[in-house]
Amino acid sequence: MDPRMKQLYQELIIDHNKSPRNFREMDDSDYESKGHNPLCGDKLQLYVKIDSENIITDVSFTGDGCAISKASASMMTTAVKGKTIAEARTLFHQFHDMSTGKLDIAEHPHQLGKLAIFAGVRDLPARVKCATLAWHTLDAALKGKEIITTE
Amino acid sequence: MFASEQKVHFDVDRIRKDFPILSRRIGDNPLVYLDNAASSQMPTVVMDAFGEYHRNYHSNVHRGVHTLSQEATDAFEKVRQKVQKFIGAKEEREIIYTSGATDSINLIAQSYGKTFLKEGDEILISNMEHHANIVPWDILSKQLNLNILVIPITDEGELDLNAYKNLLSERTKIVAVNHVSNALGTINPVKEITQLAHEAGAVTVIDGAQSVPHMNVNVSDIDCDFYVFSAHKMLGPTGTGILFGKAEHLEEMPPYRGGGDMILSVSFETGITYNDLPYKFEAGTPGIAQVIMLGKAIEYLDAVGRDNILAYENELLSYATQRVAEIEGLKIIGTASNKASVLSFILEGIHPHDIGTILDFHGVAVRSGHHCAQPVMERFNVPATTRASFAFYNTKSEIDTLINALHEVKEVLG
Repeated sequence: MDPRMKQLYQELIIDHNKSPRNFREMDDSDYESKGHNPLCGDKLQLYVKIDSENIITDVSFTGDGCAISKASASMMTTAVKGKTIAEARTLFHQFHDMSTGKLDIAEHPHQLGKLAIFAGVRDLPARVKCATLAWHTLDAALKGKEIITTE
Repeated sequence: MFASEQKVHFDVDRIRKDFPILSRRIGDNPLVYLDNAASSQMPTVVMDAFGEYHRNYHSNVHRGVHTLSQEATDAFEKVRQKVQKFIGAKEEREIIYTSGATDSINLIAQSYGKTFLKEGDEILISNMEHHANIVPWDILSKQLNLNILVIPITDEGELDLNAYKNLLSERTKIVAVNHVSNALGTINPVKEITQLAHEAGAVTVIDGAQSVPHMNVNVSDIDCDFYVFSAHKMLGPTGTGILFGKAEHLEEMPPYRGGGDMILSVSFETGITYNDLPYKFEAGTPGIAQVIMLGKAIEYLDAVGRDNILAYENELLSYATQRVAEIEGLKIIGTASNKASVLSFILEGIHPHDIGTILDFHGVAVRSGHHCAQPVMERFNVPATTRASFAFYNTKSEIDTLINALHEVKEVLG
């Protein structure tokens, strides 16, 4: 099997693709945002609940997409739940920079934890948008925007 | 180059030697190029025409009296005749050089459409059109307040001819359909479609981007009013294409773009006189080398013979269709009885982009996405498909590589 494949489609990603966490609608969300990648037809709807301390108390998503985008959305929800908006933004920037090759996670300190599993997409330019769609959508939701697109 | 005496035995190994890219590797694997419907590969003889032109006779066309300009003009204009014969047009002046099929359709919409259509008129397009045969009509319809009606397709991906007949009326002015669907592979009965359109008093615009590289096409036999295609899908370069139009229409149509070469005279005192066909539609310096390369591509295809190509590609398509049947959960999108060498499919529970990435790890190039035909995706209720599209330089052994890679996709993500 190709080593790049092993790196990209690791068990954790496969698992989150098959059983996405926080994969549900939310009736009482404070922010909602739609993410769309017109190139591959990936669509996701993101729901965020925030308390008075600016802490993300709940986050969930629905939608359809490739394994990378779905696993990324799922892992993002588990990563940002309980974090402040500012902390979530930092993760967004680090994730974005890692995926686009601007942040070398082997060299520089970061808070990405398990999310570092997506580092392999930096070598697959066509798939960067799949990995970052959920994060862009979260960023838009936190800015109060309703629809974002990666194109 | 392929020797034309070989008619019975299709010597694919020999043909492959003419295409340098086919011997490159993707990572550790040989390239298996199955994205021919997006763009085909180029034989050396076509590439060489580019260098030859620039080394020996590069200059502008239709302008200078010097030797180079005459040689360039001769080579450039000779291709027009080749194209005329290649598609069976009656006259050389019915062949217009454009930047591609998309450009050609925009020209028809903005020149013919804008001149001869009026508010309330109807344009019929099919549910299996490429965006290039949808958006130019949409732009026109907004300019003139026209109505666009969509001819439905069946579950097999065939045009619903009865529905088409019912949609035709005295309001129908243009029927725009593809000859072969890039997303489904369906070969449409364009001759019958044209005959019915003519009976209703409409003209037909046939998008031939996917047909000309794979089968003999005769626009006189089809009797269509316009036929368009791109060089880069038929072994030629990008940025060049053809508009065929019946002279009776082209004569009446105003220029689409203004500039040099498309005029006979420009005077601030006596005004502007437009040039004759075909130059009226060819403003500015064209892609001269690219047109000459298109000519070489036509020579190459003619030497192999499009009848032979069609027969061989049919063999490849049946083999691939039969082999993918062994993959559980795979569904072919587009099962028309008359199909070109396009195999579009979905794998249950696996997104086409993941399939595309894993196939690429095996060196297999396919298209995954909506193929610029989103209404087709809507019709079959899928976000995207994976598409393997074959050319006459592909082999059964490459199809085996595709099948093995698909088994691995299932193993990893199934």
